[in-house]
Amino acid sequence: MTDITKEALSPPRSFLSRDAIQLFYRLLAVLLICAVLAILNGSFLSLGNILNVLRQASLTFFIASGLTLVVLTAGLDLSVGANVALSACIAGTVIHTTGSPALGILTGLACGGIVGLLNGIMVTALRIPSFIATYGMLWVLNGLTYWYMAGETLHGFPAGFRQIGSGYLFGLPIPVYLLLVFLGIGTLFAQRTIWGQEIYAIGANPVAARLSGIPVTRRLLLVYAVSGTMAGLASIIFLSRLNSAEADIGESLTLPAIAAVLIGGTSLFGGVGTVFGTFIGALILTLVLNGMNLLSVSANWQPLVTGIIVILAVWLDMKTRRRAQ
Amino acid sequence: MREAAVVSQSNPLQRIPGVAIVLGALIVLFGAIAPGFLTPANLSNVLVQSTILTMLALPMTLIIMTEGLDLSMGAVLTLTSLCVAIVSLATKSMLLSLGAGVLVGAAFGTVNGWLVAILGIPPFVATLGTLGMAQGLSLIVSDGQSVVGIPHSVRDIYSATLAGIPLPIVLALVTYAAFHGLLYHTRFGTYVFALGGNREALRYAGLSPDRLLIAVYALGGIMAGIAGLLMTARMNSGHPTAGLGLEFDAIAAVAVGGTSFERGNGWLLGTLLGVLAVGVLRNGLNLISLPSSVQVASVGVLVIVALFLDGLRSRT
Repeated sequence: MTDITKEALSPPRSFLSRDAIQLFYRLLAVLLICAVLAILNGSFLSLGNILNVLRQASLTFFIASGLTLVVLTAGLDLSVGANVALSACIAGTVIHTTGSPALGILTGLACGGIVGLLNGIMVTALRIPSFIATYGMLWVLNGLTYWYMAGETLHGFPAGFRQIGSGYLFGLPIPVYLLLVFLGIGTLFAQRTIWGQEIYAIGANPVAARLSGIPVTRRLLLVYAVSGTMAGLASIIFLSRLNSAEADIGESLTLPAIAAVLIGGTSLFGGVGTVFGTFIGALILTLVLNGMNLLSVSANWQPLVTGIIVILAVWLDMKTRRRAQ
Repeated sequence: MREAAVVSQSNPLQRIPGVAIVLGALIVLFGAIAPGFLTPANLSNVLVQSTILTMLALPMTLIIMTEGLDLSMGAVLTLTSLCVAIVSLATKSMLLSLGAGVLVGAAFGTVNGWLVAILGIPPFVATLGTLGMAQGLSLIVSDGQSVVGIPHSVRDIYSATLAGIPLPIVLALVTYAAFHGLLYHTRFGTYVFALGGNREALRYAGLSPDRLLIAVYALGGIMAGIAGLLMTARMNSGHPTAGLGLEFDAIAAVAVGGTSFERGNGWLLGTLLGVLAVGVLRNGLNLISLPSSVQVASVGVLVIVALFLDGLRSRT
């Protein structure tokens, strides 16, 4: 391996302290928002509400964690929300017709994964820029889902299956356990495996990555497939939490997922960011939206606020990066 | 710079086949399988229904020529359409409601341009953010409800005729002529080519690329405002999801029309033919009783294929 490879593959130690400071700021923001909400509304600190925030944040996190890997390679996946909708509808149909939740879960994950793989093929083999390829995919999936559902709603799933999204274990919602598991897996994969480090390298400098022998195409396919599979996982959680599936459930999911990734400090330009940061990002976004809800701000305001947050997050990222250089 | 502009104008001529073949094939296909497709009434219908898309796709061409993108156009059109509806209810005046729509559209376009040019945020994510903002504002001003009871002064715009030609078609043709003049026969047009091809040259020539870029995005917002008037007139109401996904049809028309996403090379006539191709595709699928969901999916496939071919061309 050349020196460039080693440099690209080794964790960016010199930036570690800066990253730690960034993370500290974000944790501070979480505490600050919590403090403000606790003062403004007493019911914020109730156990029920805190568990609710954690569950909401975990739903955003599942989609956003896979997306983080895509953004680390300087790509973007705009199709995640539509992917959740299609996967949920197909998984729901399978559970209804076969009566087997296990089969439904597998189908949902497979559907998400296949869509992700198709995204990866468009980006690598067809060399279409990721944001426009996945944007096209968004509308293809939307059309397919609406056509498949034909205005119907699927509802009423087995009680055991519904436990995944709405059940509790030792007083904590089950999605929170799943969140911890996938946070652990995601962090280990990105920080402690060669594949994870190669993903950082591709995002930091795709040409250097290719020249140093990293199988860029295969890693990109992997990254988009993982993003799709995580959307498939989110679809299962949604299905079991809502106990119903409709064609339009994915429409308000993509923007919050992108917001979580960007607030979490992952750079749109690739190579910088962590899965843990995305978790904090999902937490911050959920706290803001939950706070608006507690202060009886109409849900109509949520897209506006999320849009502003996306732009602010990118702008802050660019500002800190420019200062660092 | 003038030379560069001449080159980029002569190049697209080689591409006439691409989009013309797509359009011709779609017309032949639906002429054969869709009953009633080739009747004058239906063809006129296709043209009238393509007018709103024309008004979005033309400025989208300019934006994509600057290696940009505007994902917020559909959401901004929804918002301007609602503004037109609300102001027309209050004032009964077509001009005042058009003014309100254009003002709101221009504001959003300027913000898009400012985010892209001054803050340097990548266009697709900046306009994704403003998409959320426009969508949110639409829900807020309408409270999620339709705005109904549009006065005749606005409604009649869509159904009126001028010398036997439906007024929307006349407006679309005037818009095309204006954009053609602007892009190919003014200095501003030459600068737009340079924004995509050679931004440094503009700077050396003592011009501000940032301000030009803001102007291009603002133009997109203004056109979304004018199209908002047509949308309100067409639907006879303002609706908080009226323009959902229209930006995608516009991007599809531009991509099919042969404007490159990578080389700052645009072709307005191609976009116009691309708009017609999207219109024919949707109309034909509708005639053979396929639901609008299939239309959406097939436009998605059309974009992916067009971009793939664009990528092939730029590599050869």
